[in-house]
Amino acid sequence: MALAEKQAKGRVSPPFPRWMRTTATTLASVAFTMLGLLFITFIIGRVMPIDPVLAVVGERASQETYDAAYEAMGLDKPLLVQFGYYIWDVLHGDFGDSLLTARPVSEDIARVFPATFELATLGTLIGIFAGVPLGVMAAVHRGSWIDQIARVVALVGYSMPVFWMGLMGLLVFYGILGWVAGPGRVSIFYEGMVPTVTGMMLVDAALDGNWTVFRDAFSHIILPASILGYYSLAYISRMTRSFMLEQLSAEYITTARVKGMSERAVIWGHAFRNIRVQLITVFALSYANLLEGSVLTEIIFSWPGIGSYITTALLSADMNAVLGGTVVVGLVFILLNIFCDLLYKVLDPRAR
Amino acid sequence: MNLLDVEDLWVRFPTSSGVFDAVRGISFSLGRERLGIVGESGSGKSMTGRAILQLIRPPGRIEAKRIDLQGKPLLNASDKEMRAVRGSRISMVMQDPKFSLNPVMTVGDQIIEAYRLHNKASRRDARARAIEMLEAVSIRNPERVLRAYPHEVSGGMGQRIMIAMMMIPNPQILIADEPTSALDVSVQGQVLGIMNQLVQDRGMGLIFISHDLNLVAEFCDRVLIMYAGRIVEVCEADKLHEAKHPYTQGLLNSLPRLDEPKDRLEALVRDPEWRQQPSVSGLL
Repeated sequence: MALAEKQAKGRVSPPFPRWMRTTATTLASVAFTMLGLLFITFIIGRVMPIDPVLAVVGERASQETYDAAYEAMGLDKPLLVQFGYYIWDVLHGDFGDSLLTARPVSEDIARVFPATFELATLGTLIGIFAGVPLGVMAAVHRGSWIDQIARVVALVGYSMPVFWMGLMGLLVFYGILGWVAGPGRVSIFYEGMVPTVTGMMLVDAALDGNWTVFRDAFSHIILPASILGYYSLAYISRMTRSFMLEQLSAEYITTARVKGMSERAVIWGHAFRNIRVQLITVFALSYANLLEGSVLTEIIFSWPGIGSYITTALLSADMNAVLGGTVVVGLVFILLNIFCDLLYKVLDPRAR
Repeated sequence: MNLLDVEDLWVRFPTSSGVFDAVRGISFSLGRERLGIVGESGSGKSMTGRAILQLIRPPGRIEAKRIDLQGKPLLNASDKEMRAVRGSRISMVMQDPKFSLNPVMTVGDQIIEAYRLHNKASRRDARARAIEMLEAVSIRNPERVLRAYPHEVSGGMGQRIMIAMMMIPNPQILIADEPTSALDVSVQGQVLGIMNQLVQDRGMGLIFISHDLNLVAEFCDRVLIMYAGRIVEVCEADKLHEAKHPYTQGLLNSLPRLDEPKDRLEALVRDPEWRQQPSVSGLL
């Protein structure tokens, strides 16, 4: 298109305000990504060498029963039609029934996902609030003992297997010192004492105003959350350090110093402002990683989360549960990405 | 009294293969004048500017017999005392506004911050001062520019914003470190004119660091020519063409001239002797 034409077009005011167009584009991209995700899970469901009919009717069913079930499940229809049914079901929150629990997969997920969500959120918060200052300090005092300590802390986080850390944590803080409660989300005595609203123990207890249960649940969650937090801290602090080093050698930092600003104001008021966008990406990656469910941590701490749910389902060929879980995890990733994109625009004027 | 006296200034960087001296014992004064410092890359001219503000990053070290600001010694000033000097008494404009302005803060926030660091003023008063200052650097629409981000303004405007920001606390000395090297030739003159006007009106001292001999000769009152961390020659700007040192002559001869066209420009031949010659004093 010629430049003059483009300019002429630019002058015509668009039919919808900008925020509406942005929202529409965002929603369209969510829908499209979601469709892609469903397509993949659908294909996986078809190519797996597990007969979905046998899984329902059992191995000893007669041929007639098998055929009836085959037709009832719509497997005689063309693939495209089946895909249509699948999308319809998913949109209605219907992932089929789980073989293992004999309950709708959606109900199972509504039970296990909040547990993971609660643990992952607390873990990520710990990682951010400890990792960012550590990384900033390491960058500012580059090469000093603070930097060395930060390096060792991160190295241990990178290289220590999580199951070992979990076991040692339980042994020391639960077994020997008795500072925290053991595995599980809440002591058996308190189970079912607060009504389930969000599925997150801490939130439900707080909503109910039952601080005894809250304290007990907190005592259960703090150790696994700290261990997961430690792993995010390792990653977050290293990334923060390298982002900060890059900014601290930038010319606008000299400008800030020439103005007569204190070193602290230079670091937090100028340099840190410029790494926020990059940090958001790091936080999101590390949060998403935990939201998938950290299987090993969940197993060690008997934490009924989505990681151990999907793993158990996979090992017993419970495909409805596996695919349902996958769709939910995928959806969480998509939503997290959109949230990050929005934050970029808020924090970086150049991205607007 | 001179605004600034610097005597026997060294800037040293310890490296794995011994200490590297970027500036090797130079002395000069600055009155209420425009002092040019010229030299090639690596001659130590930028380091001199930053050493005055004590902004040499560790492990770099500053050593000197004295650095006096209006007779008061700066050399052993504490961090806090130095912060009170920076911005409010000595300020600096750097090369490229694309890098020297914070990309995620509005122009207004950055100028207001510079003012409020040294003046007790409400945000509103500071804003009013910022608008006046932007008008002083010939920005036509200061209200709009205050709300703009650095990437939304042109290079020439960016540099005028930078000048406004560095002048707003009313310093006595401005160090301009290659202030026009990143700008289009067409706006260089304008930016220099504005800077000159402000410096003259306020009776300030200006240290103008540049590699451009012609520009310095036109713009400054006195010129220090630096080579390898030392001052090899000091002269009045209008007598630059009478310069005696072979390095200065070489620099002048390597420039093309409209009134004396040459087929081939002279290449500068450096004599290793020059490195060893003692630094010429620029003290007044």
